[in-house]
Amino acid sequence: MTAAVRIALITVLIVVTVTLQVSIFSHFSIRGVVPDLALLVVISVALVRGPNYAALVGFAAGLVLDLAPPADHTAGRWALSLVLVGYLTGLVKSDTDTPVLGSLLMVASGAFVGTSVFALTGLVLREPGIDVAAAIEVIPVAVGYDLLMAPLVIALVLLFRRLEPAERW
Amino acid sequence: MTTPEPRQTRTGVGLLVLACVTIITLDARHGESSSPVDPLRTAVAAVLGPVEDGATAALSPVTSLPGHFQDVGYLRAENARLEAAKATLESQLRAADANRHRDTELNGIAELADTSGYRVVPAQVVALGSAQSFSRTVTIDAGTSSGIQPDLTVINADGLVGRVVAATRTSATVLLIVDGKSTVGGRLGESMELGFLDGDGNVGGDGTLRLSLVDHTVSPSVGDTVLTWGSRNGAPYIPGVPIGEVVHVRSSPAELTETATIDPYVDFSSLDVVAVVTSVSAETANPQAQGEDR
Repeated sequence: MTAAVRIALITVLIVVTVTLQVSIFSHFSIRGVVPDLALLVVISVALVRGPNYAALVGFAAGLVLDLAPPADHTAGRWALSLVLVGYLTGLVKSDTDTPVLGSLLMVASGAFVGTSVFALTGLVLREPGIDVAAAIEVIPVAVGYDLLMAPLVIALVLLFRRLEPAERW
Repeated sequence: MTTPEPRQTRTGVGLLVLACVTIITLDARHGESSSPVDPLRTAVAAVLGPVEDGATAALSPVTSLPGHFQDVGYLRAENARLEAAKATLESQLRAADANRHRDTELNGIAELADTSGYRVVPAQVVALGSAQSFSRTVTIDAGTSSGIQPDLTVINADGLVGRVVAATRTSATVLLIVDGKSTVGGRLGESMELGFLDGDGNVGGDGTLRLSLVDHTVSPSVGDTVLTWGSRNGAPYIPGVPIGEVVHVRSSPAELTETATIDPYVDFSSLDVVAVVTSVSAETANPQAQGEDR
């Protein structure tokens, strides 16, 4: 698969997941919390392709989340969160060979790191509507909901491996 | 094949983190209106707005049964609240005079909307901000091509929804009044006292508003209606739109103003069709206010 095709596929994947996240899953929110589909895509990429590529995909996906309507927060906050999630997941993954249980662990820790970093940047920037109490309320629900959606990660990992069986970074 | 050089990886991710911090700094330092990120935001919105719109339309059979999936705890709380509200309403029925007063007021508003020539553009909510983003914003499927621009009032059949904060050709972002960033000038229906309503920034559930009255000698009463006070030329809020009802009043000697909790009439967790007030007709608008922004 050429680099151009890969980039095009990743772009489409990011647009689709962000759209699903804001337009469709917002109807299925738990206490306002929506599964972080973009974050799950970044984790899947990290599991297949390692930290470098996942950080890059995380940057792109995060930036789309930051800029796509109805986002109204300071741009770059989701980008920063997802870069870190992609990189860290990729690093930890290369140390352990991960079957299903491993990817569940990756999803839980990735979701925790991602939503926490986003909340922390909001606290640092003193964005309105966010305080420690709200963060403590939201983050566990987000981690739980992301875990529910973990089969998506496993499916994406299998799909990526099928598309490019030989290539590993 | 092979794993990359660890240093290379670290350089790459370092650059990306640096890029993120740069974007955050650029966007955060330039405040609300003149951020250098705004053109980028508009460009992304121009592409993704229609995509969100299409997705909402295509998957509406799926999303039309969300009630069942929404959390039971919230519904239980809502039920308890409604029971309480029912009791309050029953007692209010007995206070017929006050109600008649309110009726006239509400009729007046309806009449105002008819006669004052507010032009409204109906729009559908196509995307909602998540709780993880700690903001209460929605995307609607109408934009500048329908005459929508920032600082317009957004209402629905129940009352005030929010105001437009950004618009592209085919979509617009609406800041809901329950968002922590939102402040609305409000007026108590009974006493006509003025105050400010701040969103509580509550990210899940329905959200409430905090009302602080300008005149601290006046005390709002539970059940009192709050309407918008309005600004010049109707931007960002037109006057006389019902916002909500006083459900709780807190007075502490330490505070200069009394604070009341307002339960908004609009159900923000199930927003669907809204209306954007695009213009006040020329003959009713204050000629002096014309040409001024707010």
